[in-house]
Amino acid sequence: MTKFALRAIGRGLAPPYYPLRLLEQIALIGWFSLPVVGLTAIFTGAALAQQTFTAGSRFNATSTVPAIVVLGIVRELGPVLVGLMVAGRVSSAMAAELGTMRVTEQLDAMSTLRTDPYRYLIAPRLFAALITIPVLVLIANVIGIMGGYFLSVYKLDFNAVGYLKTTRHFLEAGDILMALIKSAVFGFFIALMGCYHGFQTSGGAAGVGRATTNAVVSTFVLILLSNLIITVIAFG
Amino acid sequence: MTKIVLDNVSKAFGDNQVLDGVTLTVEPGESVAIIGQSGSGKSVMLKCILGLVQPDGGSIKIDGEEVIGLRGRELDRMRAKFGMLFQGSALFDSLPVWRNVTFALTQGRIVSARRMRKIAEENLERVGLDKSILDLKPSELSGGMQKRVALARAIAPRPEIIFFDEPTTGLDPIRADVINDLIVTLTEDIGITALTITHDMASARKIAHRVAMLYQGKIIWRGPRDRLYDSGNPYVDQFVQGRAEGPIR
Repeated sequence: MTKFALRAIGRGLAPPYYPLRLLEQIALIGWFSLPVVGLTAIFTGAALAQQTFTAGSRFNATSTVPAIVVLGIVRELGPVLVGLMVAGRVSSAMAAELGTMRVTEQLDAMSTLRTDPYRYLIAPRLFAALITIPVLVLIANVIGIMGGYFLSVYKLDFNAVGYLKTTRHFLEAGDILMALIKSAVFGFFIALMGCYHGFQTSGGAAGVGRATTNAVVSTFVLILLSNLIITVIAFG
Repeated sequence: MTKIVLDNVSKAFGDNQVLDGVTLTVEPGESVAIIGQSGSGKSVMLKCILGLVQPDGGSIKIDGEEVIGLRGRELDRMRAKFGMLFQGSALFDSLPVWRNVTFALTQGRIVSARRMRKIAEENLERVGLDKSILDLKPSELSGGMQKRVALARAIAPRPEIIFFDEPTTGLDPIRADVINDLIVTLTEDIGITALTITHDMASARKIAHRVAMLYQGKIIWRGPRDRLYDSGNPYVDQFVQGRAEGPIR
């Protein structure tokens, strides 16, 4: 798998380049993931605010709601939930598409037509995910914080200005940087697992099904494991 | 100079020895058909020649140049001599017909769409299709049309050698004969060297100058097409007559 990743990156950095393929993948991964990412973020932010308020009210600490929502969303929930949601959408689609191309000999046909599948198919997906997932996470963070804000202000009777002030006070540039680092790593795993399992597919339709399942499961595990490692290194 | 020379080529996948010392020559402008049971290694043999599968041993020469071990630009330069018609057509689902047909010329990039559409139109005409399908996706075509589009894609870059992997499989006898005629036209009129894998004996007799049979990883018989039904080889006799009884189990 390391060899596969290095080959895709190495060949992707050398000409010929396929900028249209890259843009197409950015649209597929980024633009079309926005609805699911937005919904996940707003509901999670709101639910986190409610849970924090309920727990905090037991020991008179309801004022921690804005701080916990912003740190919880930016440091953990934003990157992880976006990673998992996009993995479910994108890794599976990549594995299914490339797997079908493998079993129908389209990848062999591409090679015989002197086009390197690593450059034409794999590299644009890897680079598009590396670029797009951090942007999606930034958007999800904003939406998630707003989800917490709306629930806190309109249901829990928080002061709107005070809530935003506290949110700004607790949010540091380091937290955003950490979210971007995590999301770039997750993006890389999302595309790598989808492409790798799709590329290695064998065994017809059943093989495509296996590749899709393996891509999603391995991406989930890698996202959760790498999130833990990065969090422990950064905050441990 | 002999166009294609395979000398003692072997390839195993695990314990399965698929090719076990295959030796075969194809002369320029010659059309050779390889017959043999499913799973006898015919497709693997073609993929070894194209560098899609690395053989374990032996030698493969194209125009006198050893091709085993070629990589990168050298491999691309060698592949530029080839066109290949895949068994299931292997057209790119996501691209319209005209971009499929011109893929070898553009390598997937957007290059002068008007000129490429014109080239696609000319190549589609050579396989009996018209420009009305230029913008259709492969999934919108019938199986026979997909084969012909795949054939147009294979011949578009004007290859010196063309491989046909089961060109008539899955087609009705009339459509199959249309494909056979196209292959004969290419080999007889244009002088392309052709290597065809087929189970279809009528097709083998029509399109090939010579026929060879692959059995248990070896070429066990080769001869002119007229000798196919009079080979004197019990394996070939059983295969061409489609008998369950015989030396092949």
